[in-house]
Amino acid sequence: MSTLVIIGNGISGVTVARHVRKLCDMKILIISAETEHFFSRTALMYVFMGHMKFEHTKPYEDNFWQKNHIDLKQGYVSDINTDGKVLNLASGEHIDYNHLVMATGSQSNKFGWPGQDIPGVQTLFSYQDLALMEHNSKHAKQAVMVGGGLIGVEMAEMLVSRGIQVTFLVREDRFWGNILPHAEAKLVQKHAEHHGIDFRFETELKEITAGVNGRVNAVITSTGEEIPCDFVGLSVGVHPNIDLAKKSKIALGRGILVNDFLETNIPDVYAAGDCAEIEVIDGRNRIEPLWYTGKMQGEALAKTIAGKRTKYERGIWYNSAKFFDVEYQTYGYVFNEPLAGISSFYWQHEEENLCLRINFHNDTQVVTGVNTFGIRMRHNIWQNWLANNCTLKYVLQNLRDANFDPELFRRYEKDIIATFNKQQPNNQLTLSPLQWLSKRFTKEKAHA
Amino acid sequence: MHNQHLVWISPVRKSGLAFFLLGLLVFIGMLFSNQYQLSEKVLSSSINNSTHRQLIEPHFTELMNTSITNKFTFIEGVRSTFKHYNDTVYQRYHLSRADIEAILTQVKSMGFYDLNMLTAVFNTQDDYAVYKIKKLSDYTGWLSGQQGKTLDEINQVINEKSVEINAKVLLDKRIDSYAIGQYLYAIVKASSSAKVSKNTAAFFIFSVVLATIGALMYIIPEKFSGPAGIKNNNVFKNSATNGGLIGMLVMSFLVLVYIALYFFPEYIIEWVSLVDPLFEALNGNGASAWSIYGFIYTLAIVVMGVRMFIKYRHSNYHIARTGSIIFFQSCFAFLLPELLIKLNQPSTDLKNMWPLDFDFFDAWNLDSLSSSGDIGLFMLVWGITLFVIGVPVFTYFFGKRWYCSWVCGCGGLAETAGDPYRHLSNKSVNAWRLERVVIHSVLILCIVMTATALYTYFTGVKTIAGIDTYALRSGYGFFIGALFSGVIGTGFYPKLGSRVWCRFGCPLAAYIGLIQRYKSRFRITTNGSQCISCGNCSTYCEMGIDVRAYAQRGEDIVRASCVGCGVCSSVCPRGVLKLENGATAAVIDYSKKDDTVNLVRVVSVEESKVMMN
Repeated sequence: MSTLVIIGNGISGVTVARHVRKLCDMKILIISAETEHFFSRTALMYVFMGHMKFEHTKPYEDNFWQKNHIDLKQGYVSDINTDGKVLNLASGEHIDYNHLVMATGSQSNKFGWPGQDIPGVQTLFSYQDLALMEHNSKHAKQAVMVGGGLIGVEMAEMLVSRGIQVTFLVREDRFWGNILPHAEAKLVQKHAEHHGIDFRFETELKEITAGVNGRVNAVITSTGEEIPCDFVGLSVGVHPNIDLAKKSKIALGRGILVNDFLETNIPDVYAAGDCAEIEVIDGRNRIEPLWYTGKMQGEALAKTIAGKRTKYERGIWYNSAKFFDVEYQTYGYVFNEPLAGISSFYWQHEEENLCLRINFHNDTQVVTGVNTFGIRMRHNIWQNWLANNCTLKYVLQNLRDANFDPELFRRYEKDIIATFNKQQPNNQLTLSPLQWLSKRFTKEKAHA
Repeated sequence: MHNQHLVWISPVRKSGLAFFLLGLLVFIGMLFSNQYQLSEKVLSSSINNSTHRQLIEPHFTELMNTSITNKFTFIEGVRSTFKHYNDTVYQRYHLSRADIEAILTQVKSMGFYDLNMLTAVFNTQDDYAVYKIKKLSDYTGWLSGQQGKTLDEINQVINEKSVEINAKVLLDKRIDSYAIGQYLYAIVKASSSAKVSKNTAAFFIFSVVLATIGALMYIIPEKFSGPAGIKNNNVFKNSATNGGLIGMLVMSFLVLVYIALYFFPEYIIEWVSLVDPLFEALNGNGASAWSIYGFIYTLAIVVMGVRMFIKYRHSNYHIARTGSIIFFQSCFAFLLPELLIKLNQPSTDLKNMWPLDFDFFDAWNLDSLSSSGDIGLFMLVWGITLFVIGVPVFTYFFGKRWYCSWVCGCGGLAETAGDPYRHLSNKSVNAWRLERVVIHSVLILCIVMTATALYTYFTGVKTIAGIDTYALRSGYGFFIGALFSGVIGTGFYPKLGSRVWCRFGCPLAAYIGLIQRYKSRFRITTNGSQCISCGNCSTYCEMGIDVRAYAQRGEDIVRASCVGCGVCSSVCPRGVLKLENGATAAVIDYSKKDDTVNLVRVVSVEESKVMMN
């Protein structure tokens, strides 16, 4: 029986293992240095805030692995011999493999700032980082977050939950400016400020200084401001973790170079998830450090390994996040800055943290993407609309069908369509009927 | 700027907590505020059965007219008097060998047997002698005065009859445990110095009112502490909510209260006095131990319901279902039954139903309903219609939640007072296995128990296949009705979570669950593949459903146990879960999908804001 070894027990590695197990009876071994069992990295913040215990972040009971004949090893792989198909572990152990999956994930970026390794300065990615944050924040009163992205806002929320004041240094002119258009960024910013976050936009970190106890006592910014603090969180993005791959013959770019089948240059060696850099013939190579893509890559790769060579195809792009209390979803493409040939319809609630942006082609009016804050949207509906090139009119008139908010929540479709009719008085769009009663008695509604 | 408005919050909450604890202290303390003194007057008012009273009274001489401060000493004194009486009743009332010898000696000297000789034989006027003479007269009267019987014949008759007489002594003279319970409760109440009932208003204000105000002072400021949203911060770090020390103290208190309530109500007569005037006004009869329970239960649902309103102020779903729970508890479970008593009608909770209301088909209830005219008949028909037609229809359209998290009293407490403990439910696959075995066993047991009760009711036959149907009912009442639903179901909130009874024990939940699982439109849908496996949904599922296991596979959640509380959907940080009954749209209308609008120009965000204002 051939042996599949997976390095890394994050979502990509574990998804490969689970799906290979469903498809064939290969021997499967997952090696991780981080934790014994798979856990949800995205849930670390909830452990810190006391919403959950670490054990709750494990998606499978501990006996799941044995029951499914997936072997686990907690250990550190020190190098890979792809010629002999053998892994050498730091413990001195050697492990043979037939198929090897590199799912080593990401590492947090640090850009060589003076003082970036002073005690009290940290990033947040791993289980070990969480323990460190628990330690570092114990007596902290004032924190500085560097980098306005998703991990940054999560760390800020974690710190605020402990009553720690947070100052947020953001290089761009707005929050998450490389993804969000101005209006959405402003909405998130205002909400975060409501939670006590103090933003410094167009401000970069210059230096971190230590006090007499050797721990961080202040940061100095690019504007020359000195902000006293006893905790510094660095969240300026991640890069593929290729430390191990570097010591092998596996071809590397910024990440582990793979084709659309997630195959590396070495036969029977694959990469999936954050660490993989997918080569694109006529464009920029893609690195996708997302939970969703990691999972989809894992599913595709499992088929390939089980003998049915399968391309990783991402389908309609989507992503979601939560900024304090405001949920964000996006389907299709919505760019941070205006794009030639693409227009936006934007609606925002006057008081609540709710907004909706629908982008569409100027000429065909085919919808290209949507951003939604505070309103949950139904994934398969948007996927259908985008895949079938539905127009703005069609989408707006059927917007009710896309709502995924809990029952009895206030609905805003009327408000949204009224806004559109006001902005474009030549059109008087109407919403498709509610059909509350017929929904009770039918399995699927005919049109959406 | 953020914190300046909020400086008042912490002191208000802290004083609220202090008030609550003070009120609780007074509430518990009042149980030990009385002195107890037994008197003849007490006995005559407490023991309405005059025979029992005459029998037991002589045994109370030691306790009589002495004032006792220690409640436990007093109650144990009274209880052991009854026990001692029962233990010695045979000894004192049976025809002993000596009695028989004495009779035979008389017979020997007189040559025949005569009832008149018995007065001389027993030679006292006490109850024992009276009883023995009475019994001998009944059993051996035919022999009295008959000449010509041999001594042996008389000897044989007396011996045989004395065996028969002795066999009935316990039945005649023992005081059964139900009656003892009644007397004990009445005696303790009547002999107490009645500090609480003489100062009800003061005690009520400094316990219940103070604790309620304190609780509200603790709860309400949360609303002003920041933006609405899911705030489960420190739930697993606080020993009150993570199964730690404070939780265990609360659990011990609750368990003790439930044990007292079910088995030793004489220990909580002061609490009963506390609500006596209220219930006097409501039902015209005054309060029982169950009155204070119903009152505190309802109060807990209201106060903790306010907490739910504030905690989930961003969610209309939780606001609506909490409002519904409060309405059904306060009107249907609390007020209506009391008013019915006042109107001299059978008291019933119209939203409760068999098999949760397991004694609905007991003889006493059927008799009471069928003898109460039209309203009784209505209640009977209503009660049956509700579970025969109401449950399947409502469950088909809305799922189990229409009852379990919107109407039910047990569910009502779990959803309000139990909310701080919801995450403590066991999520393991083994717990799910246990759940399925236990809850369906209870349902089967309840059906069997009810069927036998009806069989007995209509045929008058009291045993089926050697099983006493009454024993079956009282066993169910004790183990399921009292121990499971009360002591474990609610008492263990701080350790096992808020829905132990609903998940493992409730036969109605089992019944509705089967319909939800196999014949209902209700399910929790998952939004595409957007689950990030964080585990908030599973952690906060009070029914211990591993919601994440379904969500991360993109599957709908259809589970018998799901009560549709909607909290999984609320705590999901990616908005992946939605409770749904209806059809979800799926198909594109190709004839319209290319329709365009007449766009004159594109409006910028700033322009749009100006236009809207």
